[in-house]
Amino acid sequence: MSDTVSILFGGVFALLLIASASGFVLSRRVTSEAGRVTVDNLNARIKAWWVMIAIFAVAFIVGKTVTIVLFALASFYSLREFLSLTPTRPEDHGSIVAAFYLFLPLQYWLIATDWQTLFSILIPVWAFLLLPVLAVLRGETRDFLMRAAGIQWALMLTVYCISHAPALLILDIPGYSGGFLLLFFLITVVQLSDVLQYVFGKLFGRRKVAPRISPAKTWEGLVGGGLSAAAVGAGLWWITPFAPWQAALISLAIVVAGFIGGLVLSAIKRSLGAKDWGTMIEGHGGTLDRMDSVSFAAPVMFHLTNFFFGV
Amino acid sequence: MIARLLGELIFALTRFLVGGHARWKGCAPDESQRIYFANHTSHLDTIILMAALPAELRRTAHPVAAADYWGKSAVRRYIALKVLNVVLVDRDGAEDPLAPLRAELERGQSLIIFPEGTRGAEATPGPFKSGLYWLARDFPRVELVPVYLSNLARAYPKGAVLPAPITCVATFGAPITVADGEVKDVFLDRARTAVAGLAERIPE
Repeated sequence: MSDTVSILFGGVFALLLIASASGFVLSRRVTSEAGRVTVDNLNARIKAWWVMIAIFAVAFIVGKTVTIVLFALASFYSLREFLSLTPTRPEDHGSIVAAFYLFLPLQYWLIATDWQTLFSILIPVWAFLLLPVLAVLRGETRDFLMRAAGIQWALMLTVYCISHAPALLILDIPGYSGGFLLLFFLITVVQLSDVLQYVFGKLFGRRKVAPRISPAKTWEGLVGGGLSAAAVGAGLWWITPFAPWQAALISLAIVVAGFIGGLVLSAIKRSLGAKDWGTMIEGHGGTLDRMDSVSFAAPVMFHLTNFFFGV
Repeated sequence: MIARLLGELIFALTRFLVGGHARWKGCAPDESQRIYFANHTSHLDTIILMAALPAELRRTAHPVAAADYWGKSAVRRYIALKVLNVVLVDRDGAEDPLAPLRAELERGQSLIIFPEGTRGAEATPGPFKSGLYWLARDFPRVELVPVYLSNLARAYPKGAVLPAPITCVATFGAPITVADGEVKDVFLDRARTAVAGLAERIPE
């Protein structure tokens, strides 16, 4: 592991230590019933963070393939959560099987083999055209548009969009060879922005951004958490090909995209009648509850970087 | 030993692909002797329901399955008998098809049955066959637990080769009993309603 990566993980480790310590102190101090719920939720989140960071550290150390497999698994669980809630019919089985067993592995295989052109069109073009064919051959027209659209959205958000995060590893930037660090940059800014928005929202939150969609999101949280995360992102410019001001702007774009991703996925979830996507991660809901902001932020960061810094 | 390992492998693979979580709504997973009766939409039903039971209850639970499917090949027969503890029933045999089920209940074992008798494609179960009624009447001390298996028709519909990774949930409801003097059709309809009532409705 290079020195830079050691320093970065050392930093994350220290942050988590501080978080765990604060969580412990808070759990001793809290007296009210509502406070207890909040603190328990916070501690569950911190615990889950340790596990996630450990998995990430292993992926970073072992290398590209493991990282790609890890994101493929995240896509798998997200897609499963998405389609489990989407009202498809037994006649959609063929398209769902193709989505899981053909397009998901193929998309990540294209990253592993550095096939960038096909990576960009596999799902928006080929899956988009093939999946409805598999469904239409079964001859069931009831809710056809809704079913076909639901499956395509599921694949776009959980596979296509999320796969842009590990695709940062294969981005060709002249004079820069730190693909892992770009991925680290993205994940740090996105997740820190989520956490800080939650913290700022709990502390100062008054005005709700979209009370019907996501009651926990407030303007105070968005601005305070978003700006702090962007500041941290700007401070990480030295691991990226960006100048400090460029790192700040890209971080802001990531924060905004991540926030919108959270809103959109939340609206989908609510339209399907659920509060969480799943129960897999304690305190975090399902996998997709943690990946929602990544799914919007990853393509934005990928294409901004590729457009301004790529070959 | 091999059967045990194979069982763990099958259940682990099932959980990875289709989840198979248990939701105990109307009763707790305890040692009482029971007949679990569930809706039937897929060949995976038996495995999902077994995967949803805690390991210690799985040992005394016997899914009832048709000999013409599960007894067909040597592999299926081995999985059915050694891994899933299945009681095979001859659907068009001359003898009393309930005899092997009665034998298990007399040994104090629990049963898992799919009273529709055949796989349906819809979310609500079809009419129930009478076996459940006769067993309930003859073994009044055995708890009758309705179970609703959701999403299986989408995860592994009729005619499918591969199961699709859609999370399936087994919801266990409150036990029902045959009322004094209740006639067969009334009871069977009530049992069917008990299963259907466990289906989670998506709010509008």
